[in-house]
Amino acid sequence: MSNATLVSTTVNGDPVQFACPTDESLMTALRNRVGLTGVKEGCGTGDCGACTVTVDGSLVCSCLVLGVEAEGREVTTVEGLSQDGELHVLQQKFIDHAALQCGICTPGFLVAAKTLLDRNPNPNETEIRYALAGNLCRCTGYDKIVRAVQDAAKDMRKASKKRR
Amino acid sequence: MRYATPASAKEAAGMLSKEKGAAFLLAGGTDLLVKLKMGMVEPDLVVDIKRIPKIDQIQTSAKGFTIGAAVSGSVIGQHKGLKAAWPGVVEAANLIGSDQIQGRATLAGNLCNASPAADSVPAMIAAGAKAVIVGPQKKRTVPVEKVVQGPGKTCLARGEVIEAITLPKPEAKTGDAYLRFIPRTEMDIAVVGVAISLKLERGVVKKAKVALGAVAPTAVVVPAAARALVGSKLDDAALEKLAAACSAACNPIDDKRGTVEYRTRVAGVLAKRAAKIAFQRAGGAL
Amino acid sequence: MGHEQKYVDKKYEVVGTRFNRPDGIDKVTGKARYGADASAPGQLVGRVLRSPHAHASIVKINTSKAEKLPGVKAIITSADLPDVTGGDQGLADILENCMARGRALYDGHAVAAVAAVDEQTAAQALKLIDVKYKKLPHVTDVDEAMCESAPVIHDRIITRGVEPKPTKPSNVAARTQMGHGDIEAGFAEADVVIEKSYKTEQTHQGYIEPHACLASVNPDGTAELWVTTQGHFVFRNVCASLLGLDIAKLKVTSSEIGGGFGGKTHVWVEPVALALSRKANRPVKLVMGRDEVFRATGPTSSTSIDVKMGAKKDGTITAAVAEMRYQGGAFPGNWAMLGCMTAFACYDIKNNQSIGWDVVVNRPKVAAYRAPSAPMAAFAVESTIDELAKEIGIAPIDMRLKNVAREGTLAPYGPTYGPIGIEHTLKAVKDHPHMRAKLKKNQGRGVACGFWFNIGGQTCTDLNISVDGTVNLTLGTVDVGGSRSSMAMIAAEELGIPYEQVRANIADTTSLGHNDMTEGSRGTFSSGMATIFAARDAISVLKQRAAKMWGITEEDVIWENGQALATGDSHSNLPPLSLKEIAAKSGRTGGPIAGHNEVVADGAGMGFASHICDVEVDPETGRSTIVRYTVVQDAGKAINPDYVEGQFQGGATQGIGWALNEEYIYGDDGCLQNAGFLDYRIPVCSDLPFIDTQILEVPNPLHPYGVRGVGETSIVPPLAAVGNAIANATGVRMTHAPMSPPRVLAGIDTLEHAS
Repeated sequence: MSNATLVSTTVNGDPVQFACPTDESLMTALRNRVGLTGVKEGCGTGDCGACTVTVDGSLVCSCLVLGVEAEGREVTTVEGLSQDGELHVLQQKFIDHAALQCGICTPGFLVAAKTLLDRNPNPNETEIRYALAGNLCRCTGYDKIVRAVQDAAKDMRKASKKRR
Repeated sequence: MRYATPASAKEAAGMLSKEKGAAFLLAGGTDLLVKLKMGMVEPDLVVDIKRIPKIDQIQTSAKGFTIGAAVSGSVIGQHKGLKAAWPGVVEAANLIGSDQIQGRATLAGNLCNASPAADSVPAMIAAGAKAVIVGPQKKRTVPVEKVVQGPGKTCLARGEVIEAITLPKPEAKTGDAYLRFIPRTEMDIAVVGVAISLKLERGVVKKAKVALGAVAPTAVVVPAAARALVGSKLDDAALEKLAAACSAACNPIDDKRGTVEYRTRVAGVLAKRAAKIAFQRAGGAL
Repeated sequence: MGHEQKYVDKKYEVVGTRFNRPDGIDKVTGKARYGADASAPGQLVGRVLRSPHAHASIVKINTSKAEKLPGVKAIITSADLPDVTGGDQGLADILENCMARGRALYDGHAVAAVAAVDEQTAAQALKLIDVKYKKLPHVTDVDEAMCESAPVIHDRIITRGVEPKPTKPSNVAARTQMGHGDIEAGFAEADVVIEKSYKTEQTHQGYIEPHACLASVNPDGTAELWVTTQGHFVFRNVCASLLGLDIAKLKVTSSEIGGGFGGKTHVWVEPVALALSRKANRPVKLVMGRDEVFRATGPTSSTSIDVKMGAKKDGTITAAVAEMRYQGGAFPGNWAMLGCMTAFACYDIKNNQSIGWDVVVNRPKVAAYRAPSAPMAAFAVESTIDELAKEIGIAPIDMRLKNVAREGTLAPYGPTYGPIGIEHTLKAVKDHPHMRAKLKKNQGRGVACGFWFNIGGQTCTDLNISVDGTVNLTLGTVDVGGSRSSMAMIAAEELGIPYEQVRANIADTTSLGHNDMTEGSRGTFSSGMATIFAARDAISVLKQRAAKMWGITEEDVIWENGQALATGDSHSNLPPLSLKEIAAKSGRTGGPIAGHNEVVADGAGMGFASHICDVEVDPETGRSTIVRYTVVQDAGKAINPDYVEGQFQGGATQGIGWALNEEYIYGDDGCLQNAGFLDYRIPVCSDLPFIDTQILEVPNPLHPYGVRGVGETSIVPPLAAVGNAIANATGVRMTHAPMSPPRVLAGIDTLEHAS
């Protein structure tokens, strides 16, 4: 490995260390060094969103981030969505609405949808569609994906009202 | 490949100027990492500016805005002051790619990548943006329209780094807008981009600046198009002259994203539409 | 055991409801493992070197520098893949497509491959392989390839189906003709004749998961292959043939598949990975990059089609002729023949003729793409029908209803139709609320029909009942879109137990007999049938065991609602035995309880659909926006309606992308210019509205539940539905797909200048 660098980072709330070449993407580092294969390489050039993660809360394509950039930052992937064996409401709605067929794009969509709903709990259909435009799906035609996100948003708004 | 995280723009500039091999700056990485993946570049050194304090912040003052070189599109899109002052610049920046790209892409990066089709460049030009350039010895400020010299080429000398993009405080009754043509609704490189900034006086256009993207090797400023609007309230004749001037200024290529004729034609169409939006934003009545 | 395939009308408890799929949790948590998600100890990274030229002699390949690079463990060329196909031209073509033999036939054609310890070393090794090419003249356009002056790609191709047989080789592999009636007489009867030519550009299936595999060959001739595929049994057979391995010694496990649509029914890098592993004596992981997927897998044909149709004033079509030219890439295929079979299939036209030309060009070897060859033919025919309707002054739907094919109609490609659903879908479209939605300025509405045969094929299924009464259903057809849940539902339905008690999984090739691929919309149809029969098999065993437990004869036992019941007055005191109870005692009544079925499922039942599309066209830029879209399709019987709707919506979306923006763009140098998702533009989420669906059920008489294949038909109508909508919005008849903004604007200009 040329120029291997030790990276100390946080992934899904856990402290993680890995060594990777300086020119390796975060996507590859997560898959091959940290062993989290929920992140998928659909294109490697930021055009499909299958590798979507968040870094310090920002939605990014992990294929366009260097592994070494994760130093000291917080990375979340699809594996961090469910807590203690309980699916996040978005994950459950994707299953309930048959919003996945082959499922390869699903991890990316879930991270993108969660990030959308975290900043905008009540998006309209257009806002959802544009927020998810960076995630390509070839199987579903997006119909059931949008419905799943709308339904999850509704449940999440109800739950947060209850908490107040 | 070596990776460095300097603590200041001056330190970054020093690293670049001392490097004997191929050195590249890294801000959002949405261009650099694509080139890396496709084998188009083989950097010896990558200088990541994102750890420089305050370089990811937008400062507002009486004079205007200073946008740090590492400020991402999504941060720009959420800045209320910037959106109110220069909605055209903000919408142009926010059109660059998906939400994922917006989480990383920067104005400085978009500018320095120097693609003829860069979305933010025509809008920055129309708004009178400037680039604050830091070298190992000195600092200089250059209008954005002078930065790009050709596809992939900028006026930056070896060792120079853009530290920030500045935008002036808009004069009263100013409005700007950016429109681009793409075949889908998102995710495409601009086939044509048009940015227009207008200042009105008593409901009539007093000053105008028109810049086109993706229709020439670099963004094109079209003074004739601006002159077509000055003194008008955007009547049909003025808009036709605007469209004609824009089409005449086009010098595009035929490529997989558009033909010469198509780009030339649509530049005129978008110019009329962008002018109307800018006019209304400036307080004009159509 | 023989079982009746005939459809039996009955009420269902589980089938037809909506259940969550069993693999859902793994897919939403990132646990599911796809082609690139497996690793083996000591694995090497495989990478392929590809030709940068459209057509070139490979003069010399010098691998010596690359071999010396530390960390390189194997380098292969065609020399490491000797032709052991024994004269089978089809297999030989596959072999040559996987690795060039002396000549690069398209931009991206594999010429060598390396296996190295890591990605960087493999990439560096590729750069060190020195290939000397001698460029040859190339041809990439289907019409140009048919000209006398075109460079001939294969000396061995002499056109089949032409009399007298040609004396010289050409790029025309075959001519096909089908149809019936008297064409001349038919046109003589016509009051109106429309004649038009159409072109469609090449598209790719566009699955988000690139091809990937992990190959491991042992010195004793055993081997393992983990691969993303639509058919692991077929891959096993092909790879074994190409590498000279015994079939049973090659264990192929299908990973979860991240989309296929026909493109993963062929091998591309898998034989290469196996050959690398064989040479390096270590596992090799080979993952294709996105640009490689576009350049060097199996896109669909580009076509050039002429259609001539004549009709009487009352709308009856009296004659229809289509002449269609399809390119199959660098190797001959049957694509034009398939187009001929589907072109007029929706209609009862007394005098019809389809002529197909299969042509080779310097492009990647064409593979199936969801109803292969049908969308292009439908674009041409359905557009022409609308033109005819306009000329006559009859509504497009009524024109189609007037000529619709029914049970008893002689299909253009030979058979007589049984009960089919095309008329039902047209009537449903006519009554659909979409037809009454108000159209705004610059908007237009189009209707189009589509057809696909659907296939059956070899299927093998095991059903095993555990001692706690839960059931393992072992399938051999790859699950591309959720069929696992449908199979579990069918097993639950047959056995009379809750859906949650059945667990369906896809087995590797050592665990089941041969299963054909998941293609031709056969997954639910065939595996469903085998599941039904395997369950009925298991039920006979359950009844036997119950009889034993009661000490009565088998003839007095029936199975109902998940229980064995003893019939007859003398047994009225015997309480029913549930499946759970019987299973619990199985160890003492004869051992594990199982059912099994092998079937060549026949009679998949044709799938017909009608679509409605509303489009808005920006008259100043030619850009089209889909405003409203409805799919009405006959599914025979929808086992899980959620997943049937999903197939309708997914296929329609691919068709819409094909209609509007997707195309392979070649330069004058014959090289592909848009080998990525940036410039190969598939629809994104914001491009589309919700897609309305209506499932019709005209039972397929050759399936116990009436199931018809559904996966493919939905990609067939959209090209024409969009084209007809654009015509109604702008007055412009588009004849070149995709109908991208510059083409539409040019059409609008031409119309303006003409008026």
